[in-house]
Amino acid sequence: MNSFKKLGVICGLLGVLASCHDKSKPNYQYMPNMYEPVSYETYQEVAFLPDGIEAQLPPDHTVPRGWLPYANENSIEGKELARLMSSPLDSLKREANLTKGAELYGIYCAICHGSKGKGQGTLVKREKILGVPSYDDVARNITVGTTFHTIQYGLNSMGSYASQMNTEEMWQVSEYVMQLKQDLTK
Amino acid sequence: MKKVTYRYHISKVLVFSLAILLLSSFSLVAQGDAGKGKALFNQNCAACHALGRKMTGPALANVETRLSENEGLDREWLYKWIKNSPGMIKSGDSYANKIYAEYNQAAMTAFPTLSNEDIDNILAYTAAAPAPVVAEVAAVSGVADDSKSSGVSNEIVLGALALIFALLVFMLVSVKKTLRRVLVANSVDIESEYPAGLPVWKAFAKNQFLVLVTVILLLLGSAYFAYGWMMQVGVDQGYEPIQPIHYSHRIHAGDNKIECKYCHSSARKSKHSGIPSLNVCMNCHKSIYEVAPSTLAEGKQYGIDYNEEIDKLYAAVGWDEEEQKYTGESEPVKWIRIHNLPDFAYFNHSQHVEVGQIECQTCHGPVEEMEIMYQYSPLTMGWCVNCHRETKVKTEGNAYYTKIHEELSKKYGVESLTAAQMGGLECGKCHY
Repeated sequence: MNSFKKLGVICGLLGVLASCHDKSKPNYQYMPNMYEPVSYETYQEVAFLPDGIEAQLPPDHTVPRGWLPYANENSIEGKELARLMSSPLDSLKREANLTKGAELYGIYCAICHGSKGKGQGTLVKREKILGVPSYDDVARNITVGTTFHTIQYGLNSMGSYASQMNTEEMWQVSEYVMQLKQDLTK
Repeated sequence: MKKVTYRYHISKVLVFSLAILLLSSFSLVAQGDAGKGKALFNQNCAACHALGRKMTGPALANVETRLSENEGLDREWLYKWIKNSPGMIKSGDSYANKIYAEYNQAAMTAFPTLSNEDIDNILAYTAAAPAPVVAEVAAVSGVADDSKSSGVSNEIVLGALALIFALLVFMLVSVKKTLRRVLVANSVDIESEYPAGLPVWKAFAKNQFLVLVTVILLLLGSAYFAYGWMMQVGVDQGYEPIQPIHYSHRIHAGDNKIECKYCHSSARKSKHSGIPSLNVCMNCHKSIYEVAPSTLAEGKQYGIDYNEEIDKLYAAVGWDEEEQKYTGESEPVKWIRIHNLPDFAYFNHSQHVEVGQIECQTCHGPVEEMEIMYQYSPLTMGWCVNCHRETKVKTEGNAYYTKIHEELSKKYGVESLTAAQMGGLECGKCHY
């Protein structure tokens, strides 16, 4: 009978050990000083920076790599100035630019504007976001410049996409949008 | 002269009260089709206007009544405004300029394509009471009832099974009792098979072969479990922390089919697949301030009120929903990192996502079904190496690979190369 008791105790202990496993906590490690970095990690909390976050915005008057400063202001006048701009991308590589633009459009724009640019994306069809205009809307009369301007700053309910794409990519998307507009007005 | 203006004024009041009467009583019949108006409103106006709340532009519920009562503006004014608002601002119309200044000089697009009839329909929609909400709530409660009833039937089945088992046990016990009674009645000695006074465990201890076999089995068994336990140390598969804001990948990536790379945009060109900054959330949640009633009902299953979570986002990013403005007081969200490689291993997202064209789900599992995000893969070296051995490299259309592929496929004598054959197993590729 004694051995049964012992067996019971062991089973109980195992049960306690197993119940200690909490999936909302990370597992323990063999040698944490080999696992955990000495340098600062991307999203780490650090004491020496003002708001305690390692991930910082670029300092004033600097731009991240792959970026060009955009001169036009976020205003109606700035947008009208943008209307006159043409795409700075190499027109000889138009095919490649449009392919890249189409890929990026599929990721960032099609969810609202629809894959054809008619303003019938998944979110619009599911009535989550409403009133997305078609690219061939006469009153808006978008050009490659205003499209770039709008991606850069956002407009009304649309947010800025400057944090998700760099300057070249925004131009590639703008060119693709013009292509879609052309297809729509055909 | 005085009299004339007076009369004119009275007639104007009469016309307006008539218009209001018509709107409130039988607007659908006389003033336009609210159904058509809804479609037009959603297509043209809803980007900037909602019925019951401020957005980029003012709330439009009962806009015509509001304007005629407060500002003395009639439908003709609305026609003009909608068709050419920039023109009206330029012409110096006082209310047009007032509203333009009030809404941060956000210019309303001119809609010259809308006919008067279209505008009538839209106005009929803005005047109509929002009815469909009730129906949706009813539908949702119906769904909830259904799930409840299926739960009850499950319980019934389980209860019946338990009852049958209890009956079986009872029958076996009673059969044993009867058999014993029969044996006693026939005066058969039941206990005679075992020598009296020797417990089972002593008999077992005396049998050395049996003891040896048991010990070996026990040792093997414990070695198996000890090995398994030691191998999972440092592996966080299934890690599912509670995040400061409940974010449902199921709703965003699953139901709404938002691309992974929409939010995790840096996976395209950086080592990290970044945690999206809150401005990315606000790209949509500036408009989506509450979830649909059906989504809210789904959240009840998980004990989550999604609208509260959206409010948490607004608090963190500093968005004043009433004023539709950023307050400038933001608070970083302390997201808890789930997927984390040890410091001695290097992994680059862009290499896998852009060049390798590997689906996010290959490593992260069915994220579009996860209500709470968890670590799907073990992220161990064995797991990495296995994938490198099995995955064929897509060399088509990639000029960089043309020559390497030619040489290596000759060397290994294969048609298409795996990542391992391209050097994907070299120590220095991942450990530096």
